Amino acid sequence: MSKLLVSTTVNGDPQQFLCDPDTTLLDALREEMGLTGSKEGCGSGDCGACTVVLDGEMVCSCLVLAPEAEGRQIATIEGVAEGSQLHPVQRKFLEHGALQCGFCTPGFIMASKALLDRNPNPSESEVRYWLAGNLCRCTGYDKIVRAVMDAAAELRQDRRTAA
Amino acid sequence: MNAPKQNFRLVGTRPVRPDGIDKVTGKAIYGPDYVAAGMLQGAVLRSPHPHAKIRGIDTKRAEALPGVKAVVTGADFPQAGDKMVSGGEGGAANLRYVTQKCMAIGKVFYEGQAVAAVAATSRAIADEALKLIEVDYEVLPHVISIEDAFRDDAPPLHDDVFTQGLAEKPEKPSNRSMRFAIERGDAASAIAGAAAIFSGHFTLQPVHQGYIEPHACVASWNADGQGQVWCSSQGHFAIRSMTAGVLGIGVADIRVQPLEIGGGFGGKTTIYLEPVAMLLSKKSGRPVRLAMRRDDVFRSTGPAPGAEIDITLAAAADGTLVGAEIELKYHGGAFPGANEVYSGVGTGLGHYKVPNASIVGWNVLSNIPTMHAYRAPGAPQINFAVESAMDELAHKLGIDPIDLRLKNIVRPGDIGGSGVPLGAIGYAESLEAAKAHPHYSALLGPNQGRGVACGAWGNYGGASTAAVSLGEDGSVLVTEGSPDIGGSRASMAIMTAETLGIPYEKVRVTIADTSSIGFSMVTGGSRVTFATGKAVVQATQSVIAILKDRAAKLLGVPAEEVEWVDGAAVHGDQSLTLAQLAAKAGTSGGPISAEAMVDPHDWLPGFGVHICDTEVDNETGQVMLKRYTVVQDVGRAIHADYVEGQMQGGAVQGIGWALNEAYVYTGAGKLDNAGFLDYRMPVASDMPMIDTVMVEVPNPAHPYGVKGVGEVPIVPPLAAVGNSVSAATGLRMTELPITPDRVYGLLRAAE
Ligand code: FES
Ligand code: FES
Repeated sequence: MSKLLVSTTVNGDPQQFLCDPDTTLLDALREEMGLTGSKEGCGSGDCGACTVVLDGEMVCSCLVLAPEAEGRQIATIEGVAEGSQLHPVQRKFLEHGALQCGFCTPGFIMASKALLDRNPNPSESEVRYWLAGNLCRCTGYDKIVRAVMDAAAELRQDRRTAA
Repeated sequence: MNAPKQNFRLVGTRPVRPDGIDKVTGKAIYGPDYVAAGMLQGAVLRSPHPHAKIRGIDTKRAEALPGVKAVVTGADFPQAGDKMVSGGEGGAANLRYVTQKCMAIGKVFYEGQAVAAVAATSRAIADEALKLIEVDYEVLPHVISIEDAFRDDAPPLHDDVFTQGLAEKPEKPSNRSMRFAIERGDAASAIAGAAAIFSGHFTLQPVHQGYIEPHACVASWNADGQGQVWCSSQGHFAIRSMTAGVLGIGVADIRVQPLEIGGGFGGKTTIYLEPVAMLLSKKSGRPVRLAMRRDDVFRSTGPAPGAEIDITLAAAADGTLVGAEIELKYHGGAFPGANEVYSGVGTGLGHYKVPNASIVGWNVLSNIPTMHAYRAPGAPQINFAVESAMDELAHKLGIDPIDLRLKNIVRPGDIGGSGVPLGAIGYAESLEAAKAHPHYSALLGPNQGRGVACGAWGNYGGASTAAVSLGEDGSVLVTEGSPDIGGSRASMAIMTAETLGIPYEKVRVTIADTSSIGFSMVTGGSRVTFATGKAVVQATQSVIAILKDRAAKLLGVPAEEVEWVDGAAVHGDQSLTLAQLAAKAGTSGGPISAEAMVDPHDWLPGFGVHICDTEVDNETGQVMLKRYTVVQDVGRAIHADYVEGQMQGGAVQGIGWALNEAYVYTGAGKLDNAGFLDYRMPVASDMPMIDTVMVEVPNPAHPYGVKGVGEVPIVPPLAAVGNSVSAATGLRMTELPITPDRVYGLLRAAE
């Protein structure tokens, strides 16, 4: 089986990698590009630990074939902070203690940021339904939901101040 | 209600954890993330049969596949025989069985048991090679359910396992591997003379710990016989001793490097992959990674046991419990070893005073993976039966369920479940707090019901080592051997900074590998903040003693006149701060550091009270969780967020156990739901906020009052949910999980 060359953009930077045709995007990120922030909890689209954003759409990278990334924009957990400046969602996860083992955290942060990018004022149940594809076994979700609501409030505040 | 708070600067606050940034930015390295230079990828061939003899394994074609560097089977393992090795939470594990959980030898006992493993230059080649391995199986009859396995004529799994704990040594091997009983008073006559009696049969299926990170490790074996293992686990010292034991080498020849761990809940205190990776590395001469896939995790790692429980609980007219008879059968899985039965029998009635009791526990072997610890191992199952029975007695007697419990609970000075008198426990305080909570008196809507349940767990102490050293700029480094599974670095930093009287940010915490710090037991038994915390505080106090000595030297005053106040050595109006003393360490006697080793036995049990509201859809049988409150005596919360997080997370695991989760086996003995789609754990939209009330009755034996909090929260939810659904429907829930089809069936049958 000969490898395919895929040219893509990862967190804003051009990136090329070689992969087998049936490699998942998750494996390509983790094994070919060394971006191990996206986690594999299931490999079947059921846990959300591998969540990345592909051309603006939140996807389970374990369900995307790596060659599908050709010519597209990928955003991963490694690109969420700007330099050493954490994104408000990341900061609120820390301030609320919204992680215990932290294994689900990259996926939750990607999903939460995707939600707040499109809906800056979600209700608690909107947050809960949006995050229903992300499993966390440690926290019981309470602090995660609070962190996301709080990050939303802060982002709205920032937007108002900026306007 | 609570003991007066001492004045702490940091204990009880909620600072950002020291390892937080790495975890929210994706930098933290977990089990499956580690890469060693020249690393090969491994894959494991697993049995398709629940029970079979292995007549032979032909690996030649796999070995010939280009890219394959090594293949191992059971024949490559030294056969340990019955030798005990220290394993998880103070318990010991039989090496013969530990080995077979890593690799089958001669026979497979459950679907998913490893039979061979391959290391290759890529995972794809390793997977390809698995298909080329030919295993000649002679399929044997299997048993899955407790009921089937318990029968006299059931096919025995092992011909050398005889029931232990019987008065007479049995002649026939049996799947009832062990009987353990506690008897006191005369239960039968107490029950016969009681005013109110409840008898019932309760059934629970095996459930999985469900950590999101699958098991993974990298191992490297060198030509000199020494090796390294990088893995995520709840205790790298336990991984070292078990791996060395299975391989028949000295513990000092393996260095285990702890990686970040993505959940464990008891399920990562043992080994499945490490010796296999070591042998693959030995054969190939290169480091080897083995990582489980999700279905491997479900099929081949330990679930918590299912159970069949018969209970009779009896009370006098005023509600005083007079007698109990309980028989529990726990679903032990493939290999003997049954701490869950001991702890189930021990803790089942441990939170009440019952003068006459007979509790009999059995461990029942069957063709499923061997049960393993899951947060308060063995307690939630029996608690489901006991607390459901309490609910029924409260109804029968017309007594408020919390009042009924208050009448019967153990209090300080009473003998606890483990047979020793209870010290400063906050059980009554927790019940009072639950009763006073607005949740308990809130109005219910149509088709809604409210349930309460209590539960206890003994907690643990255990061996821990910690070292504290000063940097020349006055920063403080804590080195410990307890993996941080839920924020314990933060609690260690808080206790160190509190003791020294310095800012939290001045303290850094490192989890050291097995060659860099003395022994510590696993992160389990709710013991880390208690026991490792004690070691950290002791080491810190030794550092303070050194600092006072150095200050005395520098100031030219007697050491006993120097006091340590708010981060500085003080003598009269002279003082030297920690930073000043650290800067002068080189000229006042050299480096400043201290190590402490502890093995404390003065831990205290924890008690929780849960209140649960559910709403039942009469058309579909669907149960929705509406409101949930967790009240718990936490001793004292060091980092309040992470204590609440334990309470919330444990409760939601228990709620999942009550409503959704179960191992489902086909008639052919195969696990039918080995993935998160069908093994349905709670998701965010299934849950409301989980309200928490931390009752703080400090443990006087811990410098900051810690009791341990991680396990209690999973004990009461099964019954709290069950009692709530029973209240909503008027039908007693005796079987978990309470799935829509089950509720629907009960509702229709009752019509
Ligand atoms: S790993 Fe992709 S959803 Fe679980
Ligand atoms: S914090 Fe452990 S799985 Fe979410």
